Amino acid sequence: MLNWLPVPQNFRAQLQAASRVPEADVRLERLTALAQHQLGIVETIQLDRALEGFRNIIPSTASRVRLAILASSTVDHLIPAIRVAGLRRRLFIDVHVGGYGQYRQDLFDTSSRLHEFAPQVVLFTVSAREALAGIQLGASDEEARDAIARYVDDLRSLWRQARNAFQATVVQQTFLDVTDSVFGSFDRCVSASPAQLVAQLNNQVGLAAASDRALIVDVARASERDGRGVWFDKARWFQAKQEIAPQAAPMFGELVVRVLAAQRGLSKKCLVLDLDNTLWHGVIGDDGLEGIVVGEGTAVGEAHLALQRYAKQLSARGVILAVCSKNDLATAEEVFEKHPDMILKRSDFAAFFANWTDKAENLKAIATQLNIGIDTLVFVDDNPMERCRIRQALPMVGVPELPDDVTDYVRCLAEAGYFEAVAFTEEDQQRGAHYSENVEREALRGSMENMDDFLRHLEMSVNSGPFTPANIGRVTQLINKTNQFHLTSRRYTLDEVSRFAAAPDCLTLQFRLADRFGDNGIVSAMILLPEEKEHDVLVIDTWVMSCRVFGRQLEAEAMNVAVEKAQEKGVREIRGEYIPSAKNSVVRRLFEHLGFAAETPEVSLNGKTRWHLKLADYTPKETRISRISE
Amino acid sequence: MTNEEILSSFSCVLGDILGDDSVKLAMETKREDVAGWDSFSYVTFIAAVEIELGVKFKIAEVESFENVGAIVAATRKMLS
Repeated sequence: MLNWLPVPQNFRAQLQAASRVPEADVRLERLTALAQHQLGIVETIQLDRALEGFRNIIPSTASRVRLAILASSTVDHLIPAIRVAGLRRRLFIDVHVGGYGQYRQDLFDTSSRLHEFAPQVVLFTVSAREALAGIQLGASDEEARDAIARYVDDLRSLWRQARNAFQATVVQQTFLDVTDSVFGSFDRCVSASPAQLVAQLNNQVGLAAASDRALIVDVARASERDGRGVWFDKARWFQAKQEIAPQAAPMFGELVVRVLAAQRGLSKKCLVLDLDNTLWHGVIGDDGLEGIVVGEGTAVGEAHLALQRYAKQLSARGVILAVCSKNDLATAEEVFEKHPDMILKRSDFAAFFANWTDKAENLKAIATQLNIGIDTLVFVDDNPMERCRIRQALPMVGVPELPDDVTDYVRCLAEAGYFEAVAFTEEDQQRGAHYSENVEREALRGSMENMDDFLRHLEMSVNSGPFTPANIGRVTQLINKTNQFHLTSRRYTLDEVSRFAAAPDCLTLQFRLADRFGDNGIVSAMILLPEEKEHDVLVIDTWVMSCRVFGRQLEAEAMNVAVEKAQEKGVREIRGEYIPSAKNSVVRRLFEHLGFAAETPEVSLNGKTRWHLKLADYTPKETRISRISE
Repeated sequence: MTNEEILSSFSCVLGDILGDDSVKLAMETKREDVAGWDSFSYVTFIAAVEIELGVKFKIAEVESFENVGAIVAATRKMLS
């Protein structure tokens, strides 16, 4: 369990020392660091207890999540693990557990404690027993299919209720297969055999979740991977109706929180790879191009190739790749250009740092070059000293504790779940290309005398329009993944974004930026809501922009478009607010630059500022971006 | 393992689960003698001991252990 995390050294003493730190913020840092270890069930309970003191002092900010678990088995023993997995990502999770098997009543009864709790996330963890109880072994294909379809339809109505009642994000856990074989191998051929029913149920729930946009926590897959005996202990079921065994709790908490974190844009974005003995066997500087081992034909060469293939797959789904290696640049690059067996090519990497500088410094430089947070990096290196160094210097970087044998590198990285996704968009598929185009843009910028020349030579064009079903997936992803250019840091689910799009008094806008090097895709989105009781005023509730296109005047052109669209709706004034977060200082003065006037007093208690723009006085900003109509 | 070693390991596990360093189990200790040792933490305790010592209690035993001494005896039988 949690095999990608290092084993804690003397956990009890470390926990005691951390708990004794008087300053709350330092204490929390120490506890967060402890959470980045391979903890068993008892250690998890201990760490969770140390968190208790924080429950009242942590402000209810974006990092706090109210999670309700609606279950048909006992889940209380899983709660500490959920909170500790939250701590691992600096999320503070308040957990409410509904009455045992009472979830239906709880959902529909507005006076229930569940309603009082008002969850932001509702996790359904339902046992397959219940779903399949009425289906006879002799049921025909069709009867089995219908029974499962009815059950899944019922689940969907519960999901709808959770959304209607709380506007909550719905998370559905897959069904653990705890069945025993009835026919032997022939189970596979009998539609109503218990194992086949669970398999069908999981398939149907997956499809339903995809179409209803519920999130999935796939314990069924994890149990296949780790072994059923790890996840399900029949003795615990008989004793306490625990369907998930206590020993699996740390992994369960991790799986749940990964999905919550992914939805909040907290998944990692960039895989930084070491080279020698990571991407190939041997040291290129010593062994030379003929001496290193990679490729088909030798076991060790294939194992390193498997890691390359996996990195390539991650890249195809939108994870950015980078290199951080102690080597001479030319020597390192030559392998990608000349070695015939390499799967990864030089052009797959958005940043390539091969030098003799400290790796912590290089990681900072990679984050800066890619304009992403350093906490979005994952650093993969076979050398334990380098890993240790990065964990100490940059605790926010994901550093998997690679196993000694290269055979298991991919498994380790996959189990670590750093890149957990809740969507897969066209934009994700293009990301690799976007970053290599950016390298060409940077080259152009370097060759230009000044910024204006550069922007003019980019030949940019913007294509804008409202949110539509075709773009709403990407828009939601952008809203939830963007941290820097995000004026209010608000996060919305797809349902919520869809509601804004459909509301006639709201104005939604998305912007697609293209230039001579390529199409950047949808890189900015804006949601303007009507001011209460002032029908001719719109408030910018949300405005996000991808960091890839900062400094290209898109913010000015986007505002030009917004003002035009608002005027078409008869709007007289646009208001905006800036709510500071840990990461959005880049837009602190944005409204001022766009010609908004500050409301007085300009700064409120928490640093929030409010701005307004009278549309009659607005002079469109001149930019180097042309318009293409949709 | 001797009875003493098993007892000390049990005390440590239960103390960690309950967050109480002062837990000191003896052969004759009953569940109701230890503050906070309810049925919920009992299941966690059994699970943790099983993992820690690599043993597996019969469910009939788990339901009917009269005192800590009985758990120790069952553990010793499995370890021998």
